[in-house]
Amino acid sequence: MEIVVCVKQVPDTTEVKIDPVTNTLIRQGVPSIVNPFDVNAVEAALQLKEKHGGKVTVISMGPPQAKDALKECLAMGADSAILISDRAFGGSDTLATSYTLAAAIRKLGTYDVIFFGKQAIDGDTAQVGPETAEHLGIAQITYVAKIDVAGDTVKADREHDDGYEVIEAKLPVVISVVKSINEPRLATMKGMMKANRTEIPVWTAKDLDVDEQRLGLKGSPTQVRKIFSPEHRGQGIIIQKDIARESVAELMQKLSDAKII
Amino acid sequence: MAVKVTNECIGCGACVTACPFGAIEMRQNKAYITEACTMCGACVETCPVKAIIREEEKKEVAMDKTEYKDVWVYLENEEGKMRNVALELLGEGRKLADSMGQKLAGVLIGNNIEGLAKEAFAAGADQVYLVEAPELARYNNDGYTATVVDLIKSYKPSVILLGATNNGRDLGPRVACRIGTGLTADCTGLGIDEETGLVAWTRPAFGGNIMATILCPDHRPQMGTVRPSVFKRPVPDYSRSGEIIRVPSKVNPADIRAKIIDIIHVCTASCNLEEAEIIVSGGRGLGIPENFCYVEALAEVLGASVGASRAAVDAGWKPPLHQVGQTGKTVGPKIYIACGISGAIQHLAGMSSSDVIIAINKDPEAPIFNVADYGIVGDIVEVLPILTEEFKKIKAS
Repeated sequence: MEIVVCVKQVPDTTEVKIDPVTNTLIRQGVPSIVNPFDVNAVEAALQLKEKHGGKVTVISMGPPQAKDALKECLAMGADSAILISDRAFGGSDTLATSYTLAAAIRKLGTYDVIFFGKQAIDGDTAQVGPETAEHLGIAQITYVAKIDVAGDTVKADREHDDGYEVIEAKLPVVISVVKSINEPRLATMKGMMKANRTEIPVWTAKDLDVDEQRLGLKGSPTQVRKIFSPEHRGQGIIIQKDIARESVAELMQKLSDAKII
Repeated sequence: MAVKVTNECIGCGACVTACPFGAIEMRQNKAYITEACTMCGACVETCPVKAIIREEEKKEVAMDKTEYKDVWVYLENEEGKMRNVALELLGEGRKLADSMGQKLAGVLIGNNIEGLAKEAFAAGADQVYLVEAPELARYNNDGYTATVVDLIKSYKPSVILLGATNNGRDLGPRVACRIGTGLTADCTGLGIDEETGLVAWTRPAFGGNIMATILCPDHRPQMGTVRPSVFKRPVPDYSRSGEIIRVPSKVNPADIRAKIIDIIHVCTASCNLEEAEIIVSGGRGLGIPENFCYVEALAEVLGASVGASRAAVDAGWKPPLHQVGQTGKTVGPKIYIACGISGAIQHLAGMSSSDVIIAINKDPEAPIFNVADYGIVGDIVEVLPILTEEFKKIKAS
């Protein structure tokens, strides 16, 4: 089984701080990590391979330093990794990104399952998986919490409201996974050494069969007009009394004063 | 388009910290823009000497935008019921349509759901495009994508709003990609950009640390998904009427590649966090899993959904469907009550857009109190039953 995982290197948004004076984002010193949902996607791919045999290829589109993210995936056990990197891809929105990823996946040749994390924690769009599926002309199953493959058919539990939809599709298929699908393994020392030895090819725009007009900023219908800091919540009212009943009484009063209840 | 630093740069470094993507470095005392630049322009305004410019590059535009008119709202429905978010979006869509001087239409897809059209009219729609077929009875990606794309090609709307639910976020990108247009995800603000007359889509990014306003200048329709419960549902006006435009389905059952073969209900409706108006969430501060009963009791009185912190889910106290936070669900209810949740940044990223946050925690230093509008420092086991009792009284009166 040929399994592809698309991963993104993201800033660890939980480490992002706001400069209290200028009210802007302090980006310096924020570590880059593999998007957490993509780590689950790699794990799901490895488990599928362990069950059915085959090969796991991890690809990422990003700047040269995104190789570090790919190395982490190799250390977990992926067989090979490819970085898709070119200044021509700069400023890509989800449409241009998925167009580029789809071209890279086509170049890989055959594929049965293409995994994505449900979304990336920096952009939170959840669009690149479905749009890649569309560019490739194959079916998609998003928000997947469980997956089984039998023969040429995949059966997946898709998160929905108060439970799951069980969805069946023929391979090949794009699957985006949620956190609860698995507990990702940690890289072993052996895995890390192997990852360091594995060469990661870099594919640029000219390595791909693409229309230049559809790449990067040129190929991106959406444009960022402006970026600003969200309004900060003012200091709230904190009630601390020795007797719980008194605290609650005061809270109810405040809520009623503010016409919340 | 490209962002460039001119010779006016005085090397103050103000732009370096302003860049959300860490794409500006100081080289030889001048700002240098690296490959990581996304041309967002955040640096342009921060430069005190206007040494950073964003050059617009003329794009080849093949599209006749004047052909595209009207604002559409995708009317997500399930089991014969309209989703709240669909009504919320009709309210917002009405405002957009009015300021553009155009019509507001709903897109209603399903089976035997014609009755829902009157709800759409009451919420502000002028027209409803109705597509009914047995194979469209329940949302499925292949059938719904084909249907929406067909409607867009036939009737050419200028703007389409969808709810940022699991299904809206499954459908939106697929449609946008097939049409070849832009889609802004998870918006929390909508407006009209004064300069261009385009829809200005505002959304949080970087775990809610920054807000971005996005435009889709050269492609139509302009599409966006909008977070549920951010906007108010309009007060229904059943005296309004509208036109139903019935469009036959062109979907062949064989075209549906990903088929729903079963539906598993894991919990009650209490874990439907996406559209909840009130959420009561519990964390490890509850002490023992049994104490979740206090959270549930309060939720029941309030008609609220039940959330859980990642710590509580990881400990097995609640199934993952309840998880609120960066790796769980992003929620934005009217009222969020956090019980025994310390407020790790990952949790805050998932709920800080709630209208009112009430926190109960015995540790007065817990970070949750930094975002809470109201907080009680106290023991959950003591406070929650009293609080529940008080709300019960209010409800009864």
